[in-house]
Amino acid sequence: MTIPYPAPQPGFWAATAMIAAIILASTAGEVLTAAAMKSVGDLDEIRSRSGLKGAIRAVLTCPLFFAGVSFLALAFFALLFALNHLNLSLVAPASASLTLVTNAIAGKIFLKENVDRRRWTSAVLVCIGVYFLAH
Amino acid sequence: MSHARLSPRQYLILGLVSLCAPLGDTCLSRGMTGLPEITLAHPFTLIAAVFTPWIAAGIALLICFFASYLTALSWADLTFVLPATAFGNVIVALLARFWLHEPISLERWAGIVLITVGVGLVAQGPSLTERPVAHAPSLAETADMGKEQA
Repeated sequence: MTIPYPAPQPGFWAATAMIAAIILASTAGEVLTAAAMKSVGDLDEIRSRSGLKGAIRAVLTCPLFFAGVSFLALAFFALLFALNHLNLSLVAPASASLTLVTNAIAGKIFLKENVDRRRWTSAVLVCIGVYFLAH
Repeated sequence: MSHARLSPRQYLILGLVSLCAPLGDTCLSRGMTGLPEITLAHPFTLIAAVFTPWIAAGIALLICFFASYLTALSWADLTFVLPATAFGNVIVALLARFWLHEPISLERWAGIVLITVGVGLVAQGPSLTERPVAHAPSLAETADMGKEQA
């Protein structure tokens, strides 16, 4: 008969790799979804012109949208995998807060958004705030 | 449509994004903790769980979140939507404090203040990056071109 014992916690680099996988997949998903919605156009206007069915059709016929959702699903499974090995009190705040900063960087590089000083400051403040709140 | 300032309807959409995600997660958590342990040996219990009131409410709220989030991304920048909707975390923390009477540590109060200041900052700025628009000829210019061709 074997005596159950607590699984050993992964080392620093393994934990970093797991959290980085969540952040990368999540950022890719958010950026692709945002790019998809920009290519679709203002959904409020589409809905007023073609109704709810028209708006749903516009979103579901955009290939970028499915690429974004696939990465968001990947981020979700990466989160589940990390939660299986690491403490929730580490994974949740670290991934939630750092994703805000990586999204600001990715938004500037890939979506060419105007991330001015105001948005940088806001992203960093919210990032630290989410970390404090979720920790 | 002007994107420099948001309309009340657009603020409502951002409010829905902020509220539906944390409330949906809370409903799912409440529903799942109330269920007996689900194992891979009996996967159908997971399907039955979807029809319990708390989990059904959680799924409905998360569908509402995703629809509002996609709508917001169609008229605002990602770097505007994400910080602006982080205010939902603050609302849930305040609900936990004043409705559920859970204690909030000094660290969490600091988090609430930082998120509020961050959301206030980003909300003061424009919601969408201005893109240069290709010059389209006005009606008068088109008429002039027609005269020249004649």
